[in-house]
Parts: sequence; C-alpha cells; structure tokens
Amino acid sequence: MTKTAERRPAQAKAVHPVPAPPPAGDRRRRRLAEQARAYAFLLGGLICFALFSWYPAIRAVVIAFQKYTPGNPPEWVGTANFTHVLHDPEFAAAWRNTLTFTVLALLIGFAVPFVLALVLNELRHAKAFFRVVVYLPVMIPPVVSALLWKWFYDPGAGLANEALRALHLPTSNWTNGTDTALVSLVLVATWANLGGTVLIYLAALQSIPGELYEAAELDGANLLQRVRHVTIPQTRFVILMLMLLQIIATMQVFTEPFVITGGGPESATVTVLYLIYKYAFLYNDFGGACALSVMLLVLLGVFSAVYLRLTRSGSGEEYA
Amino acid sequence: MSSATRTLVSPATLARPRGKVLYWTVFGAVVVLFTLAFLFPVYWMVTGAAKSPDEVAQTPPTLVPEHWHTGAFTDAWDLMQLPRHLWNTVVQAAGAWAFQLVFCTAAAYALSKLRPAFGKVILGGILATLMVPAQALVVPKYLTVADLPILHTSLLNDPLAIWLPAVANAFNLYLLKRFFDQIPRDVLEAAEIDGAGKLRILWSIVLPISRPVLGVVSIFALVAVWQDFLWPLMVFSDTDEQPISVALVQLSQNIQLTVLIAAMVIASIPMVALFLVFQRHIIAGISAGSTKG
Repeated sequence: MTKTAERRPAQAKAVHPVPAPPPAGDRRRRRLAEQARAYAFLLGGLICFALFSWYPAIRAVVIAFQKYTPGNPPEWVGTANFTHVLHDPEFAAAWRNTLTFTVLALLIGFAVPFVLALVLNELRHAKAFFRVVVYLPVMIPPVVSALLWKWFYDPGAGLANEALRALHLPTSNWTNGTDTALVSLVLVATWANLGGTVLIYLAALQSIPGELYEAAELDGANLLQRVRHVTIPQTRFVILMLMLLQIIATMQVFTEPFVITGGGPESATVTVLYLIYKYAFLYNDFGGACALSVMLLVLLGVFSAVYLRLTRSGSGEEYA
Repeated sequence: MSSATRTLVSPATLARPRGKVLYWTVFGAVVVLFTLAFLFPVYWMVTGAAKSPDEVAQTPPTLVPEHWHTGAFTDAWDLMQLPRHLWNTVVQAAGAWAFQLVFCTAAAYALSKLRPAFGKVILGGILATLMVPAQALVVPKYLTVADLPILHTSLLNDPLAIWLPAVANAFNLYLLKRFFDQIPRDVLEAAEIDGAGKLRILWSIVLPISRPVLGVVSIFALVAVWQDFLWPLMVFSDTDEQPISVALVQLSQNIQLTVLIAAMVIASIPMVALFLVFQRHIIAGISAGSTKG
C-alpha cells in the first residue's frame, strides 16, 4: 500500500500531460516536487486508512472463504464457513435479536426523543439545564451505564423492581426472563443514547421559520395539526437521517448484551456482533467470524449507502 | 435572554392566564421527568457507592445513605488498580488524539489545498469507509493489528493498537477537509508569495483559523477512545494494559458491589467533567453538525 502511494506522483504525469510552454523540464520537476510534497502530507493518513480500513475490508471477504487460525497457513474452503455459520442454531437467534433490538430501539428511541424535543423547544426557562441533563447519560461511559443498569435490573435489591414495588405494580424478571431480556436492554441503550438525538432534533426545530406556524395558526390549525403539517414536514430530512444512523448503530450493538446478559438467558440477547466476537475469540474460528462480518457488512452497507445518498441530496438542496 | 423566535405555541396563547398555568404545569412535569429519568440513576450510583455493603443489599432501599462511607472508593482505587487503568486510558486517548490531529490534519490539508494526483480517488476511498460500519470489521482489523503486513509485528497489548487505527477516521478527516475548503486560496497564495513553505502555511495560517473545528475533532477523538469497549477488549488481553472500560467489566465478576459501583463513579468522572466544562461547545457542536449534515 505504501509503495503504490509513493509511486503515484510519477503516474500522475501520464494522466495529466503538461500542456506546457517551453521550459518543460523545469516545470516538470517543479510539478513533481509539488506532488511529492502533497503526498508527504498525505502519507501518514493514507497508510492508516490502507492498513486499518481498506485492507481489513478486503480481508474480511477473503478470510470468509478460508479456514483461518492465526499462525497457520490459511486453507481455501469455498463456502463452507457460510454453510456452517448458517447451521449454527444461534445464527437465527442472533439475527432475530438484532433485528428486534433495532425495531424496538426505533419505536422507543425514535418517538420519545422527538416528543421530548418538541416539548423542550416550547419551554422558555432553564434551557441549559435541560440540555445538560438530557445529554449527561451520553457522556457516561457505555460500560458504566451497562453495569449500572445490570445492578438496577437485579431481581433482589435492584432499583427497577423496588420502584415497581413502591408503586404497587407487579415486578418483572427484566434481564433474567427470556421474553423481557431484550426489551430491558433496549431501555438501557435508549437511556444512554437519547440525549444526542434530542439535541439534534432541537437544533432542527429551531431552524423552522416562525412565520410558518403563524400562517398555520391564522388558517385555523390547532396544535396537533401544526405539528403534523408544519413541524414534521420541516424536520422530515433530519428525522430520516437520524433513523438511518440509529439503525446502523443499533445493528452493531454489543456492549449491552455482553456486559449485562452475556447473551443469555438461552441466547435471548445474542446479537450478530456478539456472535462474531464468539466465533473469533471463543471458538477461534476466524473464517466463520469473517463470514458473519461479510453478511453484516452487506446489510449495513445498504443502509449506509441510502444514508449517504440522502445526506448528499439533502445538503444539495440546502445549498442550492 | 429574549428568544423572540416563534415556536409551535404562540406567545399570545402563553400570555393568557390559562396558557400560563398550562406552561408552568408542563414545565414542572418536564423538570420532574428529567430529574427522575436522567439525574436519579446517576444519584443512585453515587450514593450506592457511599452506602455500606449491607445497606446496598437492603430492601426497601434507603434514599440517602445512613452513613457516608468512603471505604468503597479507596478500596476500588487500590484493589482494582484504578490508577493504572485510568492512566492507560489517558495514554490511549491522548495518543489517539495527537495522532489524529497530526495525520488527519495533514491529510485533510493535502486533499483540500495541495491538489495531489488521484486526490479525488483517495477522498472517495476515505468516504467509502463511512459506509462500512467500523464494528463489522473488527475481526479482520484485529487480525491485521495482530500481524501487521510487511513488518510482521504485532501491536496487541500496545497503545499503538489504539493510536494508529484512530487515524483512519473518515468522519473527522472529512470535517477538517470541509473546513479547510472554505479558507480562500488567495490567503494561502499570498503567504506563499511571501516565501512561506506548505508546512509553515499549515501551521501559522490554516491551523489558527481552524481552531473551532480542531476543538470539535479533539473532543470527538477523546470521547471515542474513552467510551470504546469492544476494540480495546480485543486488543488488550494483558490486564496491565487495559483501559478502564475493559478493566471494569473484567473485574466486575469478583468484586464487592459497593466497590464496583465506586469504581464506576470514578470511571465516569473524567468524561462528565469534560462535558460540564465544555458543555456549551459540545452541545453547540452536536447541534451545528447535525443541521449541516
């Protein structure tokens, strides 16, 4: 990778022939020196991208078709990794859990921040307080939030059940029940990440011109109608963007299940990324791990492509 | 301060008696909701660490600790070797920050102002990595770090395993490049006529103008390393090298609850403090970043 990077300035000559006046040799040398300088600045970044982004992406695809254990020469095995990963009983569970997690995180983590931002935007007092408080959980390390909620969910002296008891409500198994575990984790993730979403929505709400609301009110639109016909259309682009970003982020969820439930009970909270981790570090099966990575990559790549296309066309509109 | 912009509810409605009552009711409800939802868990954590082991396990729990114990904090500090893990985290975060600032800034400057051949292709390759979510590539990335191509050395258990991959941050690089793009070329050309070299121009013209974006990138870089878990979990198998996030999880199994909670409080302090100090910039950064896509 480094070699090609260094060679590029020379090739550049072939691509951009100098449409130059007389002192061609001189000019050529100066151009070459300029290119060398430009690449000197680029080199560090380029090497890092090559080593830690581009090369691993290619390698994921290659190793997915190999039997790979570190230290041994890799063996080509065709699609064997894919077939044995597909036959793993945890495979279906991991995908089902990841998708359920994503959908639940969208339902909760999507409507709630929007409503919160709507309300916050109307409040004229203690603005800084609300912004700081809502963003505070985001700044707490995710591992700490996970451990904190693991303690809250403790069936014995955990805060969650204590709160339910204090309200005379039936207690829950939270992360210990196969049917409640995943939802419990979604709650943690929502608590920990909601602040960022709220702040972004708030910024979007503040960019809505006030005249639109005035006009709507003059036309007799009530509060809900104003939300429906002014606020939502005006923030549609941001909503869509955040939705896609959230899908991409939650599809890669790992910390919460790893720390809080360890994938249990009965693989009720094993996610795709968790399964990748298990294949690599528990089963020492890097081929299987890469086969899973490729599947996740393809799916997320589609979402990312949509996201990038939307942001591009969106900012195009903005600057047009 | 007067914020005259019209929002969903008109000022006229709010000025009416009924509007006022409604406004203060909603305001009070939001204060209570936010306090309960976001502050109370944090309060519970801090007070939990100050309770005695018996009191923490007690049902119904006490709202305020009967006695404020500091033993859990000192135990966590000594037993869990927090100074070492905190130091590891600081070294990892600071190095990642420095590497990013140097290499991302230099690369962004080259792409923005020095017109390298194939610059468009390189930028495309960098932006393409935005489409490849980082976590999906951790395993091949781990294998690369464990056995670097050509050099055949391993970076495992070495802070370089955090520092170097941190440079491959397309988001920060693009942020810098877009900022540099807005610096008018004639300013730089004038400096060049005065005999300043490229490095000199970057150092004494481009960087001083770019202070705001450098601040944003710095905060992103620091927070990202401090909050990361999966990657350091993979690359630091040696307990002595682990950052605080990994150490907390590894030690959480066999440690007394109050001591663990105290360690969690200590682990949260640096980032929360950073946030409280720079909250204005951080919040403004998030808001601005979003609307500009």
